[in-house]
Amino acid sequence: MKLELKGVTKRFGSFTANDRISLTVEPGEIHALLGENGAGKSTLMNTIYGLYAPDEGEILLDDEPARFDGPGDAVAAGIGMVHQHFMLIPVFTVTESVALGYEPTKGPGLLDFTQARERVREISARFGFDVDPDAVIEELPVGAQQRVEIIKALSRDAKVLILDEPTAVLTPQETDELIAIMRQLKDNGTSIVFITHKLREVRAIADRITVIRRGKVVGQATPDASETELASLMVGRAVSLTTDKEPARPGEVTFAIDGLTVLDSADKVVVDDVDLTVRRGEILAVAGVQGNGQTELAEAILGVREAVAGTIELDGKDLGPLSVKERLRAGLGFVPEDRSTDGVIPGFSITENFVLDMYDQPPYAKGLAMRPAALREAATTQTERFDVRLGTVDDPISTLSGGNQQKVVLAREMSRELRLFVASQPTRGLDVGSIEFVHRTIVEERDKGTPCIIVSTELDEVINLADRIAVMYRGRIVGIVPADTPRDVLGLMMAGVPAEEAVQEASRHQTALSEADDAAEEENR
Amino acid sequence: MSTTQTAVHAEPREEAAHGTRPIAWKFPVTYAALALLSLLVFALFSPAGARTRFQLSTGSDFIAIPVLDLPSRPATWTLGLVLAALAAFAIWRAVQRARTGVWLPVLFGTLFVLAFLVWAGADRNAVIPLVTVLTGALALSVPLIFGAMCGLVGERSGIINIAIEGQLLAGAFLAAVVASVFTSAYAGLFAAPVAGALVAVLLTFFAVKYQVNQIIIGVVLNVLVVGLTSFLFSTVLTQNAELWNARQQLPRLPIPVLSQIPVIGPVLFNQTILVYLMYVIVALLHVFVFKSRWGLRMRAVGEHPKAADTVGINVNRTRVVNTIMAGAIAGLGGAFFTIGQGLAFGKEMSAGQGFIALAAMILGRWNPVGALFAALLFGFSTSIGNVLATIGTPVPSEVLLMLPYIITIFAVAGFVGRVRPPAAEGVPYEK
Repeated sequence: MKLELKGVTKRFGSFTANDRISLTVEPGEIHALLGENGAGKSTLMNTIYGLYAPDEGEILLDDEPARFDGPGDAVAAGIGMVHQHFMLIPVFTVTESVALGYEPTKGPGLLDFTQARERVREISARFGFDVDPDAVIEELPVGAQQRVEIIKALSRDAKVLILDEPTAVLTPQETDELIAIMRQLKDNGTSIVFITHKLREVRAIADRITVIRRGKVVGQATPDASETELASLMVGRAVSLTTDKEPARPGEVTFAIDGLTVLDSADKVVVDDVDLTVRRGEILAVAGVQGNGQTELAEAILGVREAVAGTIELDGKDLGPLSVKERLRAGLGFVPEDRSTDGVIPGFSITENFVLDMYDQPPYAKGLAMRPAALREAATTQTERFDVRLGTVDDPISTLSGGNQQKVVLAREMSRELRLFVASQPTRGLDVGSIEFVHRTIVEERDKGTPCIIVSTELDEVINLADRIAVMYRGRIVGIVPADTPRDVLGLMMAGVPAEEAVQEASRHQTALSEADDAAEEENR
Repeated sequence: MSTTQTAVHAEPREEAAHGTRPIAWKFPVTYAALALLSLLVFALFSPAGARTRFQLSTGSDFIAIPVLDLPSRPATWTLGLVLAALAAFAIWRAVQRARTGVWLPVLFGTLFVLAFLVWAGADRNAVIPLVTVLTGALALSVPLIFGAMCGLVGERSGIINIAIEGQLLAGAFLAAVVASVFTSAYAGLFAAPVAGALVAVLLTFFAVKYQVNQIIIGVVLNVLVVGLTSFLFSTVLTQNAELWNARQQLPRLPIPVLSQIPVIGPVLFNQTILVYLMYVIVALLHVFVFKSRWGLRMRAVGEHPKAADTVGINVNRTRVVNTIMAGAIAGLGGAFFTIGQGLAFGKEMSAGQGFIALAAMILGRWNPVGALFAALLFGFSTSIGNVLATIGTPVPSEVLLMLPYIITIFAVAGFVGRVRPPAAEGVPYEK
């Protein structure tokens, strides 16, 4: 089916998320929509999917104007969508998830499980998905959950499939499988809209690329455009995609974790007997697919989550019995994973957020009283140093963009003398400019001699920052490998394959993405 | 498929994980304490040579079972030792980090209650009327069960309903008034659900349309219903009680054959239509919540409303319809206070049962059958308290009457293990 947008505009209050966007997706085409975080890609897709009504412009399906009052209408018209955050109910089975909304029934509204299961099996077999219809969603790995989402869309005969940042949660091998699925769908005549901000993928998969920036279409490109061209089109200026850094000059080991075990609220082991050491002046990146215990590991280091076994030592001192506050005093700098809920207090001013963990310390406090003047001054100088774009430091922090909020968090954590720096997903949801800045700042902190731990699910970030990489899978460290380890090997390790086996496996089978990388390198030579 | 699937996946290391799982002491320690209590109090303090008598049938039964006559001290010792053995078994299993089935708490509970009864009834001149205890237990459970079903349907759809108390009371009131005016208990039976549903209409109006905090509206609605019914009671109803608040009772409809079964026959199958309706509602919910289109959509809306929206389900309409329907169920339960027992309406006669119903729902983990048994447990403990109070026991009856509330506190505190409410309950849905 052909999907055409003509001048689609969507505003939220005074903010224009999509500004007269026009694009055409031909039948059987993989059309990539490339843009930074916050460029308006997801808004556009939600408009196509009927979740938002466009303020202006129209959507044409096979040259017929279409009007959707809700996702139900869009689905009926043949549009399927796989959302970035899966629209699956964790406690449902695969069959129930696929049936929801379009349930085959018998008798007095009872579900026809046999028929529903059969539908899942049939689509699953057609595309070689290997999904058990009776598996419970929350027990499936994310890659399988994504396949359930695709089955959902296909079971409603989607002719246009929208994939919103589908590779964000996948290992390179899973991405490879997804690419194969997309090509197979394309051969069957399904049109695919592929939303992403990852340049490598776009070039490997897309037939045509539309780049949007700040809600506007800024250009079209073909997949043979170079990454640098695409990046500058996407960001609006020339960008360097890797952080320049000196080789690490690691010193002595000052931070060590030994046999750390952490349980979740249901008493399930989420961090399983983890040993790690970090030296002064090096960055250890903890890689892994979301939900393999990295979050809990970071929280255990901070002390908000209790360890049931094992020790955490900083500068020869056991952190175990220390409270969170005492750990921060001992020189721990911590950037939490979820900025908006754990990193800042949205209603507080920038100044107040800046001193969340130092408000009772001199020079910001004297006895019981806080010293607003000292506070404002420090906040002003630090926010300048960290290049935070703000009105005044008295504005609520919620008025800042995500990137600037994260800079305030970094400014807060790094304005102390640090003995250890831990950051979880430090650049999630940030624009390219902010990512560059955050990465540079972390490398600077390393060069001051601080041991750094970066927890990230983005392989690009891991490879860009790390001096050593620890890969986590199901709560365990699969292996600790050097920073120049190939992506394919890391990807296999993220699926639980031990390092040596992963090297062999990767040499036997190269993923489509790394093939594309090699091809690009050939061209450059 | 053309590409190779990533074939190698490291197996999760279950053995390693087990080694580090902390021993779950909560239950074994509780068992040990209760076993110790039964040995130290029930066994040691049972008078020597005393006997405890249980009456297992009523006079009208088809098969008359003779009175069960037990020597108190040997019986309590035996039971106490069995309980101690069960506790030891639980401790052993815990040390092994192994799980035990549901049979253990059920068996332990039953034997403990029995030991308690043998001790409490020792050397009294009265027999312990087991059928009366059970009949009372069911009767006391009826409003709880209706209330728990109401709460369950609401919360499964994502609306927290604290107003069950008010819905029961409103149902009791309207059932009494309508039955009295039409001099027909059955007329009251039709009116009661309407009252409950009206309270639910208010609840959803504020919760969904204006997104007010659902707990607060619930509390306010309870106060509103108490105030309104008390006002009407002390003005209209007392001025002309003959017309407005005359007693009407639903007749008992014994089911042939079934009602003749010893012990459980008269308890379960010699009841009013209201109780039979309750059986039907629980059975229907048990099937429909988990196996029907309606149930699937309801649970989807309560767990992840946005996901439901993306497949074309109208989230707020689903919530409103289900919550109002649930309100009707609670209203029906309220009818038991008045026409179900042949009583006139009295001020605040629901007496906190709506909150106990909520606890039953939590204890039953938002599952119709689970909630049914939890409500029966509450009814049973109240009933024992009532019966023993009339027989006269070593324990003050007030302490016994506290039992259901103590169980409630433990239930709500999550003592029964991890309780997992619907993920989106209490969260208004906005596009």
